Amino acid sequence: MIISMLKKNFSIIVTILLFVVLFIAGAATYKGFLNAQVFLNLLIDNAYLIIVAIGMTFVLISGGIDISVGSVVAFVCMFSAHLLQKGWNPVAVMLLSLTVGTFGGFIMGYMIHCYEVQPFIATLAGQFLYRGICYVISTESISITNPTYSFIANYQIRLAPKMYISISVVIALLMVAVTAIVLKYTKFGRNVYAIGGNEHSAGLMGLPVAHVKISVYALSGFCAALGGIVFSFYTLSGYGLQNIGLEMDAIASAVIGGTLLTGGVGTVIGSMFGVLIQGIIQTIIIFQGNLSSWWTKVAVAALLCLFVVLQRVIETKGQSVKQQKKAAV
Amino acid sequence: MTAKPLLTMRKIYKVFPGVKALSDVDFTLRSGEIHALLGENGAGKSTLIKVLTGVEKLDSGQIELSGEEIRTKSPKHAQELGISTVYQEVNLCANLSVAENIFIGREPKKNGMIDWKTINSRTKKLLNKLNIDIDVTQTLSHYSVAVQQMVAIARAIDVEAKVLILDEPTSSLDATECEKLFNVMNQLKSEGMGIVFVTHFLDQVYAVSDRITILRNGELVGEFLAAELPKLELISKMIGKGYDVLSETIKNTDNDQDIEKQVYLRADKVLSIGNIKEFTLDVKKSEVLGLAGLLGSGRSETARVIFGADKVSSGTLYIKGEKVNLGKPLDAIKKGIAYCPEDRKTDAILGNLSIRENIIVALQSKEGMFKFIGRKKQEEIADYYIKLLQIKTPNREQLIKNLSGGNQQKVILARWLATHPELLILDEPTRGIDIGTKAEIQQLVVELAHGEMAVIFISSEMDEMLRCCTRMAVFSEKQKLGELEGDEISEQKIMKMIAGGNER
Repeated sequence: MIISMLKKNFSIIVTILLFVVLFIAGAATYKGFLNAQVFLNLLIDNAYLIIVAIGMTFVLISGGIDISVGSVVAFVCMFSAHLLQKGWNPVAVMLLSLTVGTFGGFIMGYMIHCYEVQPFIATLAGQFLYRGICYVISTESISITNPTYSFIANYQIRLAPKMYISISVVIALLMVAVTAIVLKYTKFGRNVYAIGGNEHSAGLMGLPVAHVKISVYALSGFCAALGGIVFSFYTLSGYGLQNIGLEMDAIASAVIGGTLLTGGVGTVIGSMFGVLIQGIIQTIIIFQGNLSSWWTKVAVAALLCLFVVLQRVIETKGQSVKQQKKAAV
Repeated sequence: MTAKPLLTMRKIYKVFPGVKALSDVDFTLRSGEIHALLGENGAGKSTLIKVLTGVEKLDSGQIELSGEEIRTKSPKHAQELGISTVYQEVNLCANLSVAENIFIGREPKKNGMIDWKTINSRTKKLLNKLNIDIDVTQTLSHYSVAVQQMVAIARAIDVEAKVLILDEPTSSLDATECEKLFNVMNQLKSEGMGIVFVTHFLDQVYAVSDRITILRNGELVGEFLAAELPKLELISKMIGKGYDVLSETIKNTDNDQDIEKQVYLRADKVLSIGNIKEFTLDVKKSEVLGLAGLLGSGRSETARVIFGADKVSSGTLYIKGEKVNLGKPLDAIKKGIAYCPEDRKTDAILGNLSIRENIIVALQSKEGMFKFIGRKKQEEIADYYIKLLQIKTPNREQLIKNLSGGNQQKVILARWLATHPELLILDEPTRGIDIGTKAEIQQLVVELAHGEMAVIFISSEMDEMLRCCTRMAVFSEKQKLGELEGDEISEQKIMKMIAGGNER
């Protein structure tokens, strides 16, 4: 029973193990690394990416892809900064941002499902659109001075003396918990897996394919917008050049966390650890002190290759088991 | 048996662009009966079922379920009305667990959350009823097609169905699995369910069906009681002509024992780990060599080793006395071996390419990338084989996916014939195609062997093997048991060999 549990969650266990190994390696090499706040900073610095990666995980499980999310994050920051500068109510700004993000995702999902547009193309259009609007709003960086935003950005939730997290971390962890439950314990979540596994079959089994597919992109849009809000807490500014390539970080996190790009397999917990692994590599490089921070990308590239190959190996192994069973029948 | 109609379909019409798929078709299903729906490929069986289950919209006609008129809008709607379908290709999600595949879309809930415990335990019970004992939390992809098929059936019968449609459920099952399925069908029948059974295997029709409805070219031929319709008559009603074409032996027996035929290929003590145990086999020119055995007995594996698709772990292959090393299929193709694989949908057809391109592709790869075959030459070759094999198509540029199964199979045959092979390996060349085309393909196989060609023929249908093969190698449990030749070949002998092999 335990062995079969381990087998079923093999890739996520590998991800978590890798995280632990990296943490231990860091702690063994650098003084001051073994500090709870180092870990908490990982969450603080990557809260927005965790949230974006959640939406991406849903899309990837359903068998699609959403490359608009990086632009959405930048757009939401820019848009919020602009409206706040004009004196809008911060709550209204947040709600409007979420609505715009969700609606944009809905439109892309609608195109993808109803007109059978390739997800890559539909969301590429979204990427250009959002990025374009950023520059239309302003080519300069706009800073956010709104007191509510500043308050949220600077508020520290003390867990213990010298240990704190930000409100963003709470939002991110809450999102992870809620979406993990949605994926495992609701019809919507299971339908996402089914459609990613075999869309045609899902339709024949009477599942609401259209509804689920469109919802997944709307959810990704929502997560990206929420990630944008969290990111605006983090930087307190909006700038059109922010977060170029963020969608790829989100995809990389999901893949390192065990999500299959072909759809049907993946977890948000895995994606969260995918984000944290990228974060910890960066932390190690900062601690090292001499290396360029771009070495993070090199390390992530190596990890990505490793994980994709690992997934293939598991898959082919599974197939050979199946063939043997077939032969035994 | 009560004759109360459970489901009636009256005057059903359905037109696809350019084709009258159904015209004026009636169909009646009573509760507590197994009703076989028969017809050749393209006769309209699938369309009738799709119309009934809401996959396709019907153009006109009337459907009544338990006396009430219905119009199914989608598979989900049909399911809600009590019409469940198990399709020929397993339509489940291989990435989900067995239990989830049975319950998805109608998951039991506890406190608003999916109740996995109930799902798993109910699945276990349900599958036990079908005599299947597996780990239901394991993903479906872990299990064989046969088990997947059973899971599909379990799903279909658990939704409180009044009508169960089984669309070729047995094409991937072996004899014992079929037996299991039939038991389940009979059990459901006694519980009052109406079962529509679509199949190509006529023996199975007689094994379980009460009634038979036959379609031909989108029109109704008639409804018959199974007990009152002899098999020969049934076939002639299906194909619209006499059975004579199928009853006689067509194999070439005249010059059998006298002349020693030239050995084309010899596999000497060949072994492929995990695929087939050590075997020695001669393939001779001008003969049809049958590889007999049950599904998974090693017959396809043997063919794959000869074709270089599976690795030779030890032993040697000789072609015309010369030692060869076939590392990959292309090596085999270059030596003049052609292989029509078992599963034409996944292994052979390039669906989005035209007939011409599908025919030319193997020849092109044999010639090598740089010797481009001119368009004109391609057209000549395509036209030649379309004519030779009587492929029914408006023109050679038609996409292959638009052809019927039988014609697709002919195109695949043409592909390999175009390479002028010296050895042609046919793995289940007639599976899932109609009787008329079957006969044509069998005839062709025998004619090919009449020339210089060596043919290896693999089929699950014993009749077919008996008709075509002049020599047979019998396999069981990944092992070659022996060979039969000429008059020795009979169904009984083969069965005995296989049964004996199992005892060991």
